[in-house]
Amino acid sequence: MEKIDVSGLSCPIPVVRTKKLIDAGNAEILVTGDSSVSKENITKLAAKSGYGINVLRDEKGAWELELRK
Amino acid sequence: MNKLKWFTLIGGLVIGVIAVILVKLGNPGNMGFCIACFERDIAGALGLHRAGVVQYIRPEIIGLILGAMIFALFKGEFRSRGGSATFLRFIMGAFMMIGALVFLGCPLRDILRMAGGDVNAVVAFIGFALGIATGVFFLKRGFDLGRSTNHDHQLGGFVLPAIFAFLLVLLLCATSFSEGGPIFFSQSGPGSMAAPVAISLIAGLLVGAIAQRIRLCLSGGIRDFILMRDNTLLLGFLGIFAGALVLNLIFGFFNFGFTIGGGAKPQPVAHTAQLWNFLGLYLVGLTACLLGGCPLRQLVLSGEGDTDAAAVVVGMIVGAAFAHNFAFASAASAINAETALLSIGGPGLYGQIACVVGIVFMLIVGFTHREKA
Repeated sequence: MEKIDVSGLSCPIPVVRTKKLIDAGNAEILVTGDSSVSKENITKLAAKSGYGINVLRDEKGAWELELRK
Repeated sequence: MNKLKWFTLIGGLVIGVIAVILVKLGNPGNMGFCIACFERDIAGALGLHRAGVVQYIRPEIIGLILGAMIFALFKGEFRSRGGSATFLRFIMGAFMMIGALVFLGCPLRDILRMAGGDVNAVVAFIGFALGIATGVFFLKRGFDLGRSTNHDHQLGGFVLPAIFAFLLVLLLCATSFSEGGPIFFSQSGPGSMAAPVAISLIAGLLVGAIAQRIRLCLSGGIRDFILMRDNTLLLGFLGIFAGALVLNLIFGFFNFGFTIGGGAKPQPVAHTAQLWNFLGLYLVGLTACLLGGCPLRQLVLSGEGDTDAAAVVVGMIVGAAFAHNFAFASAASAINAETALLSIGGPGLYGQIACVVGIVFMLIVGFTHREKA
């Protein structure tokens, strides 16, 4: 599984980085981050790209999403 | 359309309507909200610049920050954080302000000006969109100003909101710190035109909360559309335009053209030097894209505890002081008293140089700041 940490990155870099992994054809991606904005945006991007989303952790300032094709 | 898109569109509509109501109640034309102009007025009120016609502690700005802060606290999204190229962001904020003052407005005012029929703002909008497209080019090749980190204590995130709350106290008390000295209040010009304090403050609080909720960002709308064909934030942009347009038509504020009445009157606080309308907002679009948010978004992020965004806000205020002290800011078109002709207005030589230097600076920042492979 491909892993990526997007904590602390300004908008829209978390999405740009995740999109790179999606475009590279990774079927399983584990994304960790801290801002709720990037969580929303990555969820949106993953759904649009046909990935299923599994929320492994969702706390204030720390979340973890598993994206699976 | 999903729920989020409806929220964003309606949020934008409400903001557009509120903006025109503020004009109806006394704010300058097409300036219900202008983040750049209002931060510039605050810089003037504090005596950081001495342009007598643009000095006022604008309650809208205070309301925006505090409204975003209250709503973020309510939703558990307030997080004190920072440390991503903070000083560089401060300087970028200063240049973003210079670009805005060369055009005479931030992206939010650009929409409000377009909704008032000001075609100069359309020229600026093209510059804004191309600036963002340039920023997207850098984002795609791995642009990154570095990571911010969460602070161990939340206090740091409250500092900027607290400073603006203190400014509200200064406004309400109209404190005079020295004879003929600050706090300054314009007696004429745009700085003297203002809706009642309470209404401006409430409008700011409301718009701050809405903007926090829908993540409104005017550069983000165009950026997301170019980057991934996502139109969510763009709907906020369109909402503001539509809301303001309808109310402008109802109130009779809508005047289509580069000038009003075929050159009889200038558009409100605007100039017709089109190259500089274009380049001014090109600089703002590029900078906003690299910073991750337009001037409005930076205010909202500051309210959420983002101290890097707070550095941008303060950088913009300092940039405004430089812009007026060093004559970078554009002159608005005006009727010449002797010839009775309408002047073009626009930036002087130093303003033109500052704007171009800003663009070159952002290009250097864009090329040099890349993620490590």
